[in-house]
Amino acid sequence: MSQTIDVAYVAELARLDLSAEEKVAFQRQLETIVRYVEKIGELDIAGIEPTLHGQALCNVFREDVVVPSAERERFLANAPDRNGFEFKLPKIVEDA
Amino acid sequence: MDIATITLCEAADGLRKKAFSSVELTRALLAAIEKKDGGLDAYLSVDAEGALRQAAAADAARAGGADGELLGVPVAVKDLINVEGQPCTCASKILEGYTSAYDATVSAKLRAAGAIFAGRTNLDEFAMGSSTEGSAFKVTRNPHDPTRVPGGSSGGSAAAVAGGEAIAALGTDTGGSIRQPASFCGCVGLKPSYGRVSRYGVTAYASSLDQVGTLTKTVEDAAVLLRTLAGCDPHDGTTLPAPVPDYRAELTDGLKGLRIGLPREYYIDGTDPEVMAGVRRAVDGCAKAGAEVVEVSLPHTEYAIAVYYIVATAEASANLARFDGVRYGHRTAKPESVFDLYAKSRAEGFGTEVKRRIILGTYVLSSGYYDAYYGRAQKVRTLIRRDYEEAFKACDVLMTPVAPTAAYRIGETCDDPLKMYLGDIFTVPANLAGLCGVSVPCGKTAAGLPIGLQVLGPSLGEAAILRAARAVEDLREGNGL
Repeated sequence: MSQTIDVAYVAELARLDLSAEEKVAFQRQLETIVRYVEKIGELDIAGIEPTLHGQALCNVFREDVVVPSAERERFLANAPDRNGFEFKLPKIVEDA
Repeated sequence: MDIATITLCEAADGLRKKAFSSVELTRALLAAIEKKDGGLDAYLSVDAEGALRQAAAADAARAGGADGELLGVPVAVKDLINVEGQPCTCASKILEGYTSAYDATVSAKLRAAGAIFAGRTNLDEFAMGSSTEGSAFKVTRNPHDPTRVPGGSSGGSAAAVAGGEAIAALGTDTGGSIRQPASFCGCVGLKPSYGRVSRYGVTAYASSLDQVGTLTKTVEDAAVLLRTLAGCDPHDGTTLPAPVPDYRAELTDGLKGLRIGLPREYYIDGTDPEVMAGVRRAVDGCAKAGAEVVEVSLPHTEYAIAVYYIVATAEASANLARFDGVRYGHRTAKPESVFDLYAKSRAEGFGTEVKRRIILGTYVLSSGYYDAYYGRAQKVRTLIRRDYEEAFKACDVLMTPVAPTAAYRIGETCDDPLKMYLGDIFTVPANLAGLCGVSVPCGKTAAGLPIGLQVLGPSLGEAAILRAARAVEDLREGNGL
């Protein structure tokens, strides 16, 4: 499994800008960590079911009843930029 | 009233007997924070005005006939659990200035019980760390030695309780973040079973592992708080629909007939000899007091850290995707596009450890690696869980060290993330297997640093681990463990 980690590519997937220094440091540290975690490759896991959660609950349903949600203004109060009751963002679509 | 040592149960008793009012109690606590927190840096923010207003309301409610163990008692809250109207920074610059729009379920339960929200405690940014050095705002110090860390990630809560700046506190535990700081600071740290306490309104780190719990001065206080916090919550589909027992009533059942398992793999070279000796003395004391001690084996223990750092970082990379600068939190000043806004806001807002875990988590989930890392880790997690199921056939609780060392010096692990990760070896498996665990002080090193004993129980085995921890507390008081 072990190989060089393309930190710049992974950072792009994570939508996270990294500085040149961070890329160098993470490259070295992540390869050390990944080499360590690869010890799970030693085990025979044929036929073993995965554990997805700390408990085996599944399909938890509630009654389909309308309940009031918290007032909109309280959530908008934390917005970095807004236009009335909308979140404001830079333009996504280029001008034609 | 001695505000530095008063327990939650003593505070409740004093309020009931009208020895003091909630306003007096809260004032005394705020004065202690004012006096001490310059040295400890346990709190990120204190809401003195709000706390006194809540205290006055609690006193009025009591005068009107209301009662309850938490009515009028101030509780500190780790700064990633939402309390409406208060800050919730997660010790991250990305949430600097954020105000909680709603109560977490645990906060709502405490509020309904009349508890007072005095302040917000420090943590490793987004609970990612074991020393609280990862906070973007300040380094919390260990009350027993200010040159040492309080542990983490709930280091602010542990230091506040142990340092006489909080009567009790809430924390969260994803891989040991309640139990390890409790051990380093010499207080009681309870991580309930996965699903016992709601996480609604608690900033998610690794959703299949996270659990809310308590840091307190005594086991009895932990039992009282858990009874209030525990239970099924329609807002958190992972909460268990099991009844909540009166944990406090079962505390004094003692050790007779209790089977204590010692997992062979936890009693290994590499643990500090003073820590090991402290744990052994506590176990021997329990045996003398009537418990049966048996050796058990958890053969997959050595894989737990590897599984943990795959599962936790993978889930963190997904959970932290919500911090994108759109609806709340930090936004970069001059984004060139929406994607640029995401990437730069995150780069400017997150600290180094959080970035490291997001990158590792994204890598183990990325195309071509998912099966080898995340998929495989979840299967090994099954093997770890089965180890515990097998062990709990031979015993009721397990007793182990909490951490391989007592509190280490500030700055000691900063440059070596893997070294810090390996320190979680004794606490991480409980989260992977969904177990409950409690850290209880069992003595001190020659240098005066607290040593913690971990008591682990099966899912929903809180009554048994609290009963055993209470017995260790009694031994400590009886013969100076």
